[in-house]
Amino acid sequence: MATKHRGILSSSSLDVERVRRDFPALAQKIHGHPLVYLDNAATAQKPNAVLDRIRTSYIEECANIHRGVYQLSERATAAHEAAREKVRHFLGAKQTSEIVFVRGSTEAINLVAQSYGRSRIGEGDEILITAMEHHSNIVPWQMLCQERRAHLKVAPIDDNGDLIFSEYEKLLGPRTKLVAFTYVSNALGTVNPAKVMIEAAHRHGAVVLVDAAQAVPHCELGVQDLDCDFLVFSGHKIYGPTGIGVLYGKQHLLEAMPPWQGGGDMIMSVTFEKTTYAPPPAKFEAGTPDISGAIALGAAIDYVQSFGMAAIAHYEADLIRYAETALTQLPGLRLIGKPKHRAGAVSFMLGDIHPHDVGTILDRYGIAIRAGHHCAQPTMKRMGVPGTARASFAFYNKTDEVDTLVSCLAETQKMFRR
Amino acid sequence: MNELDDLYQEVILDHERNPRNFAQLPTANHQAEGANPLCGDHVTVYLDVKDGVIRDISFQGEGCAIAKASASMMTSAVKGRSLADASDTFKRFHQMITGGQDPCFDLESLGKLAAFSGVSAFPVRVKCASLAWHTLNAAMRESGPAAASDEADKKLEK
Repeated sequence: MATKHRGILSSSSLDVERVRRDFPALAQKIHGHPLVYLDNAATAQKPNAVLDRIRTSYIEECANIHRGVYQLSERATAAHEAAREKVRHFLGAKQTSEIVFVRGSTEAINLVAQSYGRSRIGEGDEILITAMEHHSNIVPWQMLCQERRAHLKVAPIDDNGDLIFSEYEKLLGPRTKLVAFTYVSNALGTVNPAKVMIEAAHRHGAVVLVDAAQAVPHCELGVQDLDCDFLVFSGHKIYGPTGIGVLYGKQHLLEAMPPWQGGGDMIMSVTFEKTTYAPPPAKFEAGTPDISGAIALGAAIDYVQSFGMAAIAHYEADLIRYAETALTQLPGLRLIGKPKHRAGAVSFMLGDIHPHDVGTILDRYGIAIRAGHHCAQPTMKRMGVPGTARASFAFYNKTDEVDTLVSCLAETQKMFRR
Repeated sequence: MNELDDLYQEVILDHERNPRNFAQLPTANHQAEGANPLCGDHVTVYLDVKDGVIRDISFQGEGCAIAKASASMMTSAVKGRSLADASDTFKRFHQMITGGQDPCFDLESLGKLAAFSGVSAFPVRVKCASLAWHTLNAAMRESGPAAASDEADKKLEK
């Protein structure tokens, strides 16, 4: 099995063994087998650069930010704001003040729904999403629609898991106030044509939020090039810590939006009669933030940029093609989602063996995959399956691991055929 | 791979492939639905109860091999038994799959259900094996939809 597909990766310049040495978690054994971590769409393992940065931040920069007059606080503030600038540069945003730190993509979407949405969406307005959204890009809009008596519209996908663009366009209209879609599907691996989707939405005057949680670790992207109005991602999926994420918003939108949570750090002045708010991003960052998390996210971005997103994307594209080929050669295996452009994940059914059973058996061989509905129940329903087994990749994964996955899937089949 | 062989025993795979009493029950006078929202498994249990005895039982639903086999073997185990008997069997079954039984636990008293003893080595799969049973419990009480089995498992352990 292994040798059949070899050679596909010869064009890649990325030294995967060197990369793997940066991730201490990858060296561990699970149930006596070397860990094969293929659940990167859920969260990614962390490189030493990130782990070390967390430790340093708590030793050399442990103070609260934006308030102390002493050196430690100055250092903490500088490191925190330097991380913001790293994110700005990484996303290709115009201004650092367009970068708001949040807990993760979910919080970022809720922030936009609660702040922008509640002030701008009214009765009879429409919000358009797609049939391949994560629950985090469905539920906040549903809650908003319910409150504002607005309507949630859903652009359909085809049997391959690709957006039906003509249907998407048809759903855009004068009542469409906001479009929210995922750049890359966590459940199917579909890469959406984000740029043309945004253009089409803008032609109808809608504001666009891009859920880039699954895109940022795998694709080169720039918010000015996309011209999206909002973009969200989570730090932990791009090798940073959990608990930190980013909302990008165009300056004029963030300025016009009301604050979301009240508290310290988001004010200009407070009296019992009236509070005036700080300009963005501080307006949306009430309370002591995840200082060390933001700093470590900066380190994660430095780390991926030391390879370059283009090189990472290139390596992963080869790896995922290899995986797709190897998996489909297994008799009885059926891919769920065969998108034209794929990144990150491959979802599949192994004959009629339930994904949870597949997951349990693979785990005993040290292989971590996700089994279930991937927080995308409507997507599963559309694809006609209760759930899938999903292997999702990072640039520290290698073809040997794909081979291990395939041979253990064959073992799983044998076990069920007893 | 010993623990895997213990989990996926021949009898379990057999019930998964050919589930018994897998249908609606026209004579049902009790029924309940149960689901594990986190994994999407769901089951409906139908009961025909008279004078405190389960005269007939069936189930429908979707789930993994453990969930399906457990539902199938449960229906075989409690058919014709009294409600009190079924409750008691569940209690002992639950002790077995959570590994919470005392040292003198009589595995053989559970009959074929002892095949699920391997589940205790897979804590995340306990809710798969217990889903049908929690749903049976709800159907016997007729208290509407059953709670998700993982929550119900926690309650039982307390």
